[in-house]
Amino acid sequence: MNSHLLSIAIWVPIVGALFVLALGSERRDLVRWLSAVVAFVSFLVTIPLFMRFDSSMAGMQFVEHASWIPRFNIEYFLGIDGISMWFIVLNSFITVLVVLAGWDVIKEKQAQYMAAFLIMSGLMNGIFSALDGILFYVFFEASLIPMYLIIGVWGGPNRVYAAFKFFLYTLLGSLLMLVALIWLFIESGGSFNILEWHQLRIDMAPQILIFIAFLLSFAVKVPMWPVHTWLPDAHVEAPTGGSVVLAAIALKLGAYGFLRFSLPIVPDASHAMAPFIITLSLIAVIYIGFVALAQEDMKKLVAYSSISHMGFVTLGFFIFNPLGVEGALVQMVSHGFVSAAMFLCIGVMYDRVHSRQIADYGGVVNTMPTFAAFFLFFSMANAGLPATSGFVGEFMVVLGAVKYNFWVGAAAATTLILGAAYTLWMYKRVAFGEVANRHVAELEDINAREYLILAILAIAVLVMGVYPFPFTEVMHASVDNLLKHVAMSKL
Amino acid sequence: MKTTYLLIPLAPLAGAIIAGLFGRLIGRAGSHVVTILGVAIAFALSVVVYQDVNAGNVFNGTVYTWLQSGGLTLQIGFLIDPLTAMMMLVVTFVSLMVHIYTIGYMVDDPGYQRFFSYISLFTFSMLMLVMSNNFVQLFFGWEAVGLVSYLLIGFWYTRPTAIYANLKAFLVNRVGDFGFLLGIGLIAAYAGTLDYAEVFAKREALAAITESVTGWPLITAICIGLFIGAMGKSAQVPLHVWLPDSMEGPTPISALIHAATMVTAGIFMVARMSPLFELSDTALTFVLVIGSITALFMGFLGIIQNDIKRVVAYSTLSQLGYMTVALGVSAYSVAVFHLMTHAFFKALLFLGAGSVIIGCHHNQDIRYMGGLRKYMPITWITSLLGSLALIGFPLFSGFYSKDSIIEAVHASNLAGSGFAYFAVVAGVFVTAFYSFRMYFLVFHGKERYDQVPHDEHHDSHSDDHHGDGKPHESPWVVTLPLVLLAIPSVLIGFITIQPMLFGDWFGTSIFVDAAKHPAMSHMAESFHGPMAMALHGITSLPFILAVSGVAVAWFFYLKRPDIPAAIQKMAMPIFTLLENKYYFDKFNEVFFAAGSRMLGRGLWKGGDQLLIDGAMVNGSARAIGWISAVVRLFQTGHIYQYAFSMIIGVFALLTFWFNRG
Repeated sequence: MNSHLLSIAIWVPIVGALFVLALGSERRDLVRWLSAVVAFVSFLVTIPLFMRFDSSMAGMQFVEHASWIPRFNIEYFLGIDGISMWFIVLNSFITVLVVLAGWDVIKEKQAQYMAAFLIMSGLMNGIFSALDGILFYVFFEASLIPMYLIIGVWGGPNRVYAAFKFFLYTLLGSLLMLVALIWLFIESGGSFNILEWHQLRIDMAPQILIFIAFLLSFAVKVPMWPVHTWLPDAHVEAPTGGSVVLAAIALKLGAYGFLRFSLPIVPDASHAMAPFIITLSLIAVIYIGFVALAQEDMKKLVAYSSISHMGFVTLGFFIFNPLGVEGALVQMVSHGFVSAAMFLCIGVMYDRVHSRQIADYGGVVNTMPTFAAFFLFFSMANAGLPATSGFVGEFMVVLGAVKYNFWVGAAAATTLILGAAYTLWMYKRVAFGEVANRHVAELEDINAREYLILAILAIAVLVMGVYPFPFTEVMHASVDNLLKHVAMSKL
Repeated sequence: MKTTYLLIPLAPLAGAIIAGLFGRLIGRAGSHVVTILGVAIAFALSVVVYQDVNAGNVFNGTVYTWLQSGGLTLQIGFLIDPLTAMMMLVVTFVSLMVHIYTIGYMVDDPGYQRFFSYISLFTFSMLMLVMSNNFVQLFFGWEAVGLVSYLLIGFWYTRPTAIYANLKAFLVNRVGDFGFLLGIGLIAAYAGTLDYAEVFAKREALAAITESVTGWPLITAICIGLFIGAMGKSAQVPLHVWLPDSMEGPTPISALIHAATMVTAGIFMVARMSPLFELSDTALTFVLVIGSITALFMGFLGIIQNDIKRVVAYSTLSQLGYMTVALGVSAYSVAVFHLMTHAFFKALLFLGAGSVIIGCHHNQDIRYMGGLRKYMPITWITSLLGSLALIGFPLFSGFYSKDSIIEAVHASNLAGSGFAYFAVVAGVFVTAFYSFRMYFLVFHGKERYDQVPHDEHHDSHSDDHHGDGKPHESPWVVTLPLVLLAIPSVLIGFITIQPMLFGDWFGTSIFVDAAKHPAMSHMAESFHGPMAMALHGITSLPFILAVSGVAVAWFFYLKRPDIPAAIQKMAMPIFTLLENKYYFDKFNEVFFAAGSRMLGRGLWKGGDQLLIDGAMVNGSARAIGWISAVVRLFQTGHIYQYAFSMIIGVFALLTFWFNRG
């Protein structure tokens, strides 16, 4: 199966972005339509990845293999399995929505704005399909740049602080990963092939060190408590599209890293460190849940809620049972839809009122009934209501956690209360009640474009909640294989 | 038959979707026609299913596989047995009545289509809940009815009290769901399946297991977890606090959701889980004690309420307590029997209250009613019948179910049944007293409708165009459901007690370990038909208590209205305690709500901003800045300073060199 589909998924948006840049921002309509076409085509090419995916196969599919820097044995090596496939589809899907969301709102440097997102999308696809350590690292680090620019150029008043914080935090985290990659290169006798690293025998002491090096890098990305404080700042300052991509895709990179690197390469260290990671995850669920409750800025609230939801992901990974891992993967995809939708909803209001403060709203349902219905639907999904995608992953992880240890399950299940409390309390203050002020009174309901975006996401959330079977079906073989791998000692 | 099963929940769902998405297009009449049609189809088919089940056909099958992971196969499917068939009939019938009633009740409301969409969505969710053959779908229905309840309590979303109440209801229910989910989690972990039949097949094995981490007996942990869920949904102390506030919603849904169906979901669930609960006397005692507390103490609160809907709401709480007590003494069939009779007479009482509210131009305060029987004859008669059923007057449906509960508690030897017996017997007097207090204040005595202060509570957005302000009888769409509900409220107990409690009607859908919990078999021995039971009832203690409750209410509120006021003055501390609903709300507000907000703020400001960001993140930035500032001091660019430090260095090295050995 040598179809170059993955390369197409990576390079179409990047090359398309260059054309968009070449058009220049003056030709607004052309820029917008070209960006939309590029994004849409990029999404279309990922559909065969899913349609032609062989779910009985545990190994890599759609593999592309070429030499890149022969001197160091660095290869252009791509491939996906049941773990990474959904993220490429999700990423390309979200990019279409992000382009649509920036249609009218972005007035300045629109060509650069669109190009940044398209490049970002291509790089993300690269991260999810790279099977060479250096290739992964290059994509991983390169993806910082467009996001840095998105926050730094189109962001809010405090964007410079936020952009720097975001950049330094993630860069510092990933430097140690580079060290680990080089160590693995030497130890494996000169290979950057990740799949070969999975077979490597490593002693306990270096395993722990490698685990920690990866942990720092991935924990910042997820983000896990206590290295999460860049995220609320980044979200608050980022434009709506930036927040959407950040929450829906960028946060998944760290979690994905655990599955591709930490667990299979250093399984013994992973087992040894599991109680520590589980503790951090539960702190994320509970501590961050309470912090979210106290937020006065809607975007901050949803940002904290993201951290709390990502706590479920890391929890699911480190209880080492199929329910936990698959539940965590489902949670990642679902969080991609739901958090994207939540940020888009806040963006809809921000575009009209230019405030994210909860206190500046109240009674939105009176003037924007259709919007309020969507917003409520996504809030409920965020609170994990059954029949929405938000429920499926949390449910699976809680079941897995109870099986692992009752108290871990009980601590995780508090999200049922906390998640509902912070989400619905926000909804109450924003949407319900009498019209609070002149700005709310002047609100106009969503237009056709906004309706389309939210409706597509709503359908995705609903389908995944009512019928999650096909989503998990493609994961089984790869997850089983991974867990088998993790169960074997490498000492 | 499977198509029929599918059609029953899907017909109301289709109605809800059409009325919800295209409500503006098809208009008000279109909306109520399409939703009523959907529910009517569901009701008609439920009758068909009921007859089929009566003929001995039980169905347990899968519709589709929802998820498969880690050896766990989760399927959406139906279990249609006598228990389900009965619930389906009750749900669709009451729902149909409420749909029709709504045409009259919500006639002036701008959210007409939305309302119909919601109540049809509710019917769908409730049907999914009762028809489920597995815990996943049960949990789906469980949460979906909670969602609709949230939407409907907050239906008038501009009212601060309504949007406070709906958030409170959702969160309190989520506290219950926390336990529920953990119960389900334990079942999944130890039974490896979430299908009812498969779990029940492993019940003996589960009973032998001790939970590995906590050291608890597994079956007790599962049952208590599940029951905590029931405590939320069925409003048992201390998770009852949301139900009285839910009265902020429009009256039709108070009848449908917060009296007849949704709040009984917990009762239904425990009855459905009877094979598990039978294995744990600890869990049953827990159920029994919680139920008794709810039955008695919530009844007291009904005595001092002046809002007509709140009186009925507290009565609902108390009756739910009765059902829970029945569950506790393993009289599951009696609990479900009371659930059914209660659904009819309580829906009737609520809809009657709604009719009174319309008749009084949206006044809800019973102090400003009185003498309404003259103006609203149909509402009056049907409410009287409902009240008699509620207090358990012989031959009425409530008599059979409530007396059976009392008998079952009496026959039980479970720990805590002594207290429970006292609670349910004393509760009879309390029920009779508050029910007829309300009845007399509303329908008899002096007419006080003209004394309403102007800032009174309103149950609708609508302005009044009724001119003279005199009460009036409601239109036929309102009174017809009252009449149709009054019939089963009176008769259903007499007809069905024999097969439901002492026949084998429930078959395998309810399981009782007769050797361990013999209450039901004792009762069966002394049962000689419904007529004999009624005759015997007249000489029994509960009847005397009920009649004296009515008599005292009559004396206090019609004959000597000065007495209650005097008592209130004399027993001020008790009155204050009741007025504040035992301070549950205050405690929750201060401890849980304000406490959580404070904790959140503390963690945010203290943890995130001060410690992590302040000390660690910006702290390391500052540290780097400080180090570079210090290091910069050495790079002055002045030759003499460099020379000076070189000389010091040379001296230091020389000193070190000479002193080394």
